Amino acid sequence: MVKDLSVNLCGITLDNPVIPASGTFGYGYEFAKFYDINMLGTFSFKGTTLSERFGNDTPRIAECALGMLNSVGLQNPGVYKVIAEELPELKKVFRKKVMANVSGFSIEEYVKVCELLDKVDEIGWLEVNISCPNVHGGGLSFGTSAISAAQVAGAVKKAVKKPVILKLSPNVSDITEIAKAVEDAGADGISLINTLVGMRIDLKTRKPVLNNITGGLSGPAVFPVALNMVYKASKAVKIPVVGMGGVSSAEDVLEMILAGATAVEVGAANLINPFACKEIIENLPAAMDKYGIKTLDEIRGKA
Amino acid sequence: MKVITAELNENAPIARNTYKAVFSCDTSGITNAGQFVNVQIDGLYLRRPFSVCDYDGNSLTLIYKVVGKGTEILSRAKKGDKFDMLTGLGNGYDLQNAGDMPLLIGGGVGVPPLYNLAKRLIKQGKSVSVALGFNTEKEVFFVEEFKNLGCRVFVATVDGSAGKKGFVIDALPEKYSYFYACGPTSMLKAVYDKTITDGEFSFEERMGCGFGACMGCSCKTLFGSKRVCKDGPVFKKGEILW
Repeated sequence: MVKDLSVNLCGITLDNPVIPASGTFGYGYEFAKFYDINMLGTFSFKGTTLSERFGNDTPRIAECALGMLNSVGLQNPGVYKVIAEELPELKKVFRKKVMANVSGFSIEEYVKVCELLDKVDEIGWLEVNISCPNVHGGGLSFGTSAISAAQVAGAVKKAVKKPVILKLSPNVSDITEIAKAVEDAGADGISLINTLVGMRIDLKTRKPVLNNITGGLSGPAVFPVALNMVYKASKAVKIPVVGMGGVSSAEDVLEMILAGATAVEVGAANLINPFACKEIIENLPAAMDKYGIKTLDEIRGKA
Repeated sequence: MKVITAELNENAPIARNTYKAVFSCDTSGITNAGQFVNVQIDGLYLRRPFSVCDYDGNSLTLIYKVVGKGTEILSRAKKGDKFDMLTGLGNGYDLQNAGDMPLLIGGGVGVPPLYNLAKRLIKQGKSVSVALGFNTEKEVFFVEEFKNLGCRVFVATVDGSAGKKGFVIDALPEKYSYFYACGPTSMLKAVYDKTITDGEFSFEERMGCGFGACMGCSCKTLFGSKRVCKDGPVFKKGEILW
């Protein structure tokens, strides 16, 4: 029997809960050369700012045990080019609503970028990233205080019609405080975790591997941390939680849903295996059967 | 790009810290000289990129220097070991501009991808010169292989133990129609300054995915930011911004 994998994320139905995470899937169309990306629940496109950004100098990738550091620093062509060039390219290969990932260096920038993307039909959700660890004076600095996180959430919500999902940082002392603050400010959902701040040192040069010194840790190494934060956050708020952090298999997706996630984003795994999300979706029914799970709704938050 | 499983047939040192690995595999993903493969290595999270030295219908040759954990693990791999690879990554060299007397300039582990390029250029009837730079005689490899293809070969070593004493730019022939260079960035910069014709350069960078998704290996060019893995690794002289 064909399993119903559908989930409802902030009023929009996804055929399945699997969403490639921002920064690991570009603007989607390049993965469409590998497989039909319409099989995805949706995907979250590359973090977009008002102006074009190159990001940090290289090296901006480092190996870690069961994971990786990146310090890309929000490289993107800027929102105007995204709307004029990237999204029309995506429209040729993707029929579903896409999740727009937005970043900024001021509340005004977040609002402006969200307003522009709010007018685009193909976009279903605005995922507002207040947790990028790789830029200075923006991103993460909004996500580590409940007050500024709520300010961003409130300002964006006032300006747009589409559902707003705040992407939260694990680099905080109490994830539930931030989660509740953005919920109170009107957020329609939260997604977590962004990457954990880390560094590596090259023994040959005795200097940090990354030009930016620090980067964001992702991959299976962070999965237990992510799962715990999703578990805590989803108990603290009533709005949907999108779980992410090291998810690499159908079993990981089920753990995230048991922890309370409505849907699940997959990040680093796409970089190791371009077919990762396709395989996770294909493996999900068998994994559910193996553990006697009939529907995803019946296990959500039951851990 | 293709995802394949490659079986190791041969993995032996050919110079100091330098290994030649030959795999049996589907090579149909590889379409051009200068492309690379991204190899999953047991015990490591990220794949490791290697330039393609040579290939035919069902065999792939990589030459690598042991420089870190990934290459160290690979150097211990045995005949019959299997590797998951993404093949045919990157743009590769543009053979259209070679002219009659192309010059191939390689430094150290920048030498391998020039081999398949030389093979193609010779096949097109070009008069191919190859300038190879190494640190010392013990690290020299592939001089005979290039000669056997019919190339004129010029060698330089930093300590003068083989060929001309100096860097590869000290061993360039006087006349050539176009050049193709691969090697460490400092060498490429020197080649850029010294060469008298147009040409192209193959770059190296730490990569996340190897197929254009993560933006980990971006570089700035005169025509905006480009990804070394997808828009490169080969860039034309006229677009490079040092």
